Amino acid sequence: MAKKKAKVIERLCVACGTCVDVCPVNAINVLKGMFARVDELKCVGCSKCAKVCPASVIDMIEVEKESVS
Amino acid sequence: MAKTKNKYWYEYLYIVSVAYLVLGVFNILFAWLGLLCFTIPLIISAVGGGKTYCNKFCGRGQFLHILGDKFNLSRNKSMPRFMVSKWFRYGFLTFFMIMFASMIFNTYLVFSGTNELREAIKLLWTWRLPWNWVNTSLVSPWIAQFAFGFYSIMLTSTILGIVTMILFRPRSWCVYCPMGTMTQGISKLKHRNDVL
Repeated sequence: MAKKKAKVIERLCVACGTCVDVCPVNAINVLKGMFARVDELKCVGCSKCAKVCPASVIDMIEVEKESVS
Repeated sequence: MAKTKNKYWYEYLYIVSVAYLVLGVFNILFAWLGLLCFTIPLIISAVGGGKTYCNKFCGRGQFLHILGDKFNLSRNKSMPRFMVSKWFRYGFLTFFMIMFASMIFNTYLVFSGTNELREAIKLLWTWRLPWNWVNTSLVSPWIAQFAFGFYSIMLTSTILGIVTMILFRPRSWCVYCPMGTMTQGISKLKHRNDVL
Protein backbone atom coordinates (compact mmCIF):
# COMPACT_ATOMS: atom_id res chain seq x y z
CA MET A 1 0.00 0.00 0.00
CA ALA A 2 1.30 3.45 -0.89
CA LYS A 3 1.84 6.06 1.76
CA LYS A 4 2.80 9.73 1.42
CA LYS A 5 6.10 11.05 2.71
CA ALA A 6 7.59 14.52 2.58
CA LYS A 7 10.59 15.07 0.35
CA VAL A 8 12.60 18.28 0.13
CA ILE A 9 13.94 19.53 -3.21
CA GLU A 10 17.35 20.15 -1.64
CA ARG A 11 18.68 22.13 -4.59
CA LEU A 12 16.04 24.83 -4.03
CA CYS A 13 15.65 24.67 -0.23
CA VAL A 14 16.56 27.93 1.53
CA ALA A 15 17.19 26.20 4.88
CA CYS A 16 14.98 28.63 6.80
CA GLY A 17 13.90 25.93 9.24
CA THR A 18 10.16 26.67 9.12
CA CYS A 19 9.44 23.02 8.35
CA VAL A 20 11.51 21.91 11.34
CA ASP A 21 9.33 23.98 13.67
CA VAL A 22 6.03 22.53 12.47
CA CYS A 23 6.99 18.87 12.13
CA PRO A 24 5.08 17.04 14.89
CA VAL A 25 7.50 14.12 14.95
CA ASN A 26 10.88 15.88 14.63
CA ALA A 27 11.49 14.20 11.29
CA ILE A 28 13.19 17.18 9.64
CA ASN A 29 16.65 18.61 10.16
CA VAL A 30 18.48 21.47 8.50
CA LEU A 31 21.82 19.96 7.53
CA LYS A 32 24.75 22.29 8.24
CA GLY A 33 22.82 25.35 7.12
CA MET A 34 22.55 24.08 3.56
CA PHE A 35 19.14 22.45 3.17
CA ALA A 36 16.49 20.55 5.07
CA ARG A 37 16.15 16.79 4.88
CA VAL A 38 13.26 14.60 5.96
CA ASP A 39 13.87 11.35 7.81
CA GLU A 40 11.60 9.03 5.83
CA LEU A 41 11.40 6.56 8.67
CA LYS A 42 10.03 9.16 11.06
CA CYS A 43 7.79 11.06 8.60
CA VAL A 44 4.10 10.37 9.15
CA GLY A 45 3.02 12.13 5.96
CA CYS A 46 0.97 14.86 7.66
CA SER A 47 2.15 17.41 5.03
CA LYS A 48 2.36 20.25 7.57
CA CYS A 49 5.89 21.01 6.37
CA ALA A 50 4.80 21.19 2.74
CA LYS A 51 2.04 23.63 3.65
CA VAL A 52 4.31 26.06 5.52
CA CYS A 53 7.41 25.88 3.34
CA PRO A 54 7.80 29.47 2.08
CA ALA A 55 9.63 28.30 -1.02
CA SER A 56 7.15 25.47 -1.69
CA VAL A 57 9.99 23.02 -2.20
CA ILE A 58 8.59 20.14 -0.13
CA ASP A 59 6.68 17.58 -2.13
CA MET A 60 4.49 14.84 -0.73
CA ILE A 61 5.45 11.73 -2.64
CA GLU A 62 3.97 8.27 -2.55
CA VAL A 63 6.24 5.55 -1.30
CA GLU A 64 5.69 1.84 -0.85
CA LYS A 65 4.97 1.08 2.81
CA GLU A 66 7.42 -1.84 2.84
CA SER A 67 10.32 0.34 1.74
CA VAL A 68 10.18 2.47 4.88
CA SER A 69 9.29 -0.10 7.52
CA MET B 1 4.84 10.61 19.30
CA ALA B 2 3.77 14.21 19.21
CA LYS B 3 6.41 16.66 20.20
CA THR B 4 5.89 18.59 23.42
CA LYS B 5 6.20 22.31 22.87
CA ASN B 6 8.38 24.08 25.39
CA LYS B 7 8.89 27.76 24.75
CA TYR B 8 12.51 28.82 24.69
CA TRP B 9 13.74 32.34 25.39
CA TYR B 10 14.67 32.85 21.74
CA GLU B 11 11.10 32.27 20.62
CA TYR B 12 10.29 35.73 21.98
CA LEU B 13 12.87 37.55 19.87
CA TYR B 14 10.09 38.94 17.67
CA ILE B 15 9.55 41.42 20.51
CA VAL B 16 13.11 42.68 19.97
CA SER B 17 12.45 43.11 16.24
CA VAL B 18 9.31 45.12 16.83
CA ALA B 19 10.95 47.11 19.63
CA TYR B 20 13.82 47.96 17.27
CA LEU B 21 11.48 49.56 14.75
CA VAL B 22 9.55 51.41 17.47
CA LEU B 23 12.71 52.70 19.15
CA GLY B 24 13.89 54.04 15.78
CA VAL B 25 10.83 56.26 15.66
CA PHE B 26 11.71 57.81 19.01
CA ASN B 27 15.42 58.04 18.42
CA ILE B 28 17.04 57.16 15.12
CA LEU B 29 20.35 56.36 16.81
CA PHE B 30 18.86 53.05 17.99
CA ALA B 31 19.20 51.99 14.35
CA TRP B 32 22.84 51.18 15.08
CA LEU B 33 21.65 48.17 17.08
CA GLY B 34 20.52 46.66 13.78
CA LEU B 35 24.15 45.88 13.02
CA LEU B 36 23.71 42.94 15.38
CA CYS B 37 21.24 41.41 12.90
CA PHE B 38 23.92 41.70 10.24
CA THR B 39 26.94 40.48 12.14
CA ILE B 40 25.55 37.69 14.36
CA PRO B 41 24.19 35.51 11.47
CA LEU B 42 27.46 35.90 9.55
CA ILE B 43 29.57 35.02 12.59
CA ILE B 44 27.40 31.98 13.38
CA SER B 45 27.63 30.61 9.85
CA ALA B 46 31.35 31.45 9.56
CA VAL B 47 32.13 29.38 12.66
CA GLY B 48 30.14 26.44 11.32
CA GLY B 49 26.80 27.08 12.98
CA GLY B 50 25.00 27.01 9.63
CA LYS B 51 21.71 28.86 9.60
CA THR B 52 21.08 28.64 13.34
CA TYR B 53 20.28 32.34 13.35
CA CYS B 54 17.52 31.92 10.73
CA ASN B 55 16.26 28.71 12.29
CA LYS B 56 16.11 29.93 15.88
CA PHE B 57 16.98 33.55 16.54
CA CYS B 58 15.52 35.58 13.68
CA GLY B 59 13.00 37.92 15.29
CA ARG B 60 11.76 39.15 11.93
CA GLY B 61 10.97 35.62 10.79
CA GLN B 62 9.06 35.01 14.01
CA PHE B 63 7.22 38.31 13.62
CA LEU B 64 6.16 37.48 10.05
CA HIS B 65 5.12 34.01 11.16
CA ILE B 66 2.92 35.48 13.88
CA LEU B 67 1.33 38.00 11.51
CA GLY B 68 0.74 35.43 8.78
CA ASP B 69 -0.16 32.40 10.82
CA LYS B 70 -1.59 33.52 14.15
CA PHE B 71 -3.27 36.66 12.80
CA ASN B 72 -4.16 34.91 9.55
CA LEU B 73 -2.94 37.79 7.40
CA SER B 74 -1.28 35.59 4.80
CA ARG B 75 -2.99 34.24 1.71
CA ASN B 76 -0.83 31.11 2.10
CA LYS B 77 -0.17 30.82 -1.61
CA SER B 78 3.01 29.49 -3.20
CA MET B 79 5.57 32.01 -4.33
CA PRO B 80 6.21 32.28 -8.06
CA ARG B 81 8.90 29.75 -8.96
CA PHE B 82 11.31 32.40 -10.24
CA MET B 83 11.47 33.97 -6.76
CA VAL B 84 12.84 30.73 -5.36
CA SER B 85 15.52 30.46 -8.05
CA LYS B 86 19.18 31.13 -7.29
CA TRP B 87 19.13 33.88 -9.91
CA PHE B 88 16.49 35.84 -8.04
CA ARG B 89 17.93 35.20 -4.59
CA TYR B 90 21.51 36.09 -5.50
CA GLY B 91 20.26 38.89 -7.72
CA PHE B 92 18.37 40.44 -4.82
CA LEU B 93 21.41 39.95 -2.58
CA THR B 94 23.56 41.80 -5.15
CA PHE B 95 21.04 44.64 -5.42
CA PHE B 96 20.81 44.82 -1.63
CA MET B 97 24.61 44.94 -1.25
CA ILE B 98 24.88 47.71 -3.86
CA MET B 99 22.29 49.72 -1.94
CA PHE B 100 24.13 48.98 1.30
CA ALA B 101 27.42 50.16 -0.23
CA SER B 102 25.68 53.30 -1.47
CA MET B 103 24.44 53.95 2.07
CA ILE B 104 27.98 53.51 3.43
CA PHE B 105 29.26 55.91 0.75
CA ASN B 106 26.65 58.50 1.74
CA THR B 107 27.81 58.14 5.32
CA TYR B 108 31.39 58.68 4.16
CA LEU B 109 30.38 61.84 2.25
CA VAL B 110 28.85 63.25 5.44
CA PHE B 111 31.92 62.16 7.43
CA SER B 112 34.25 63.91 5.00
CA GLY B 113 32.14 67.07 5.01
CA THR B 114 31.19 66.84 1.32
CA ASN B 115 27.51 66.35 2.07
CA GLU B 116 25.33 67.58 4.86
CA LEU B 117 23.30 65.32 7.11
CA ARG B 118 19.90 64.47 5.61
CA GLU B 119 17.36 63.79 8.33
CA ALA B 120 15.14 61.50 6.30
CA ILE B 121 14.28 57.87 5.83
CA LYS B 122 14.29 56.47 2.32
CA LEU B 123 11.54 53.90 1.84
CA LEU B 124 11.96 51.18 -0.76
CA TRP B 125 15.09 53.00 -1.98
CA THR B 126 12.78 55.56 -3.59
CA TRP B 127 10.60 57.69 -1.34
CA ARG B 128 12.19 60.13 1.06
CA LEU B 129 10.31 60.47 4.33
CA PRO B 130 11.22 63.43 6.59
CA TRP B 131 12.38 62.11 9.96
CA ASN B 132 13.55 65.29 11.63
CA TRP B 133 11.86 65.30 15.01
CA VAL B 134 14.83 63.90 16.88
CA ASN B 135 17.78 65.93 18.05
CA THR B 136 20.86 64.24 16.64
CA SER B 137 23.27 67.05 17.50
CA LEU B 138 24.70 65.01 20.38
CA VAL B 139 26.60 62.85 17.91
CA SER B 140 28.73 63.47 14.82
CA PRO B 141 26.62 63.96 11.68
CA TRP B 142 28.02 60.81 10.04
CA ILE B 143 26.87 58.69 13.00
CA ALA B 144 23.35 60.05 12.54
CA GLN B 145 23.57 59.63 8.74
CA PHE B 146 24.47 55.97 9.11
CA ALA B 147 21.54 55.53 11.50
CA PHE B 148 19.11 57.06 8.99
CA GLY B 149 20.51 54.89 6.21
CA PHE B 150 20.49 51.72 8.24
CA TYR B 151 17.00 52.30 9.58
CA SER B 152 15.84 52.89 5.99
CA ILE B 153 17.20 49.47 5.04
CA MET B 154 15.58 47.77 8.03
CA LEU B 155 12.21 49.45 7.49
CA THR B 156 12.27 48.78 3.75
CA SER B 157 13.08 45.10 4.22
CA THR B 158 10.36 44.80 6.87
CA ILE B 159 7.85 46.29 4.42
CA LEU B 160 8.97 43.87 1.70
CA GLY B 161 8.67 41.02 4.22
CA ILE B 162 5.15 42.05 5.18
CA VAL B 163 4.05 42.43 1.54
CA THR B 164 5.35 38.97 0.60
CA MET B 165 3.92 37.56 3.84
CA ILE B 166 0.48 38.80 2.77
CA LEU B 167 0.80 37.73 -0.87
CA PHE B 168 2.41 34.35 -0.33
CA ARG B 169 3.32 32.46 2.85
CA PRO B 170 4.14 33.88 6.28
CA ARG B 171 7.89 33.44 6.00
CA SER B 172 8.23 34.17 2.27
CA TRP B 173 10.76 36.89 3.12
CA CYS B 174 13.13 34.10 4.24
CA VAL B 175 13.35 32.90 0.64
CA TYR B 176 15.07 36.06 -0.60
CA CYS B 177 16.35 37.55 2.67
CA PRO B 178 19.90 38.73 1.86
CA MET B 179 21.21 37.57 5.24
CA GLY B 180 19.68 34.14 4.71
CA THR B 181 21.16 33.90 1.23
CA MET B 182 24.57 34.92 2.55
CA THR B 183 24.55 32.54 5.51
CA GLN B 184 23.41 29.67 3.31
CA GLY B 185 26.13 30.55 0.79
CA ILE B 186 28.76 30.59 3.54
CA SER B 187 27.48 27.24 4.87
CA LYS B 188 27.59 25.70 1.39
CA LEU B 189 31.15 26.90 0.88
CA LYS B 190 32.24 25.73 4.31
CA HIS B 191 30.73 22.28 3.94
CA ARG B 192 31.18 21.82 0.19
CA ASN B 193 33.16 18.61 0.62
CA ASP B 194 30.98 17.07 3.32
CA VAL B 195 29.01 13.97 2.44
CA LEU B 196 25.45 14.31 3.72
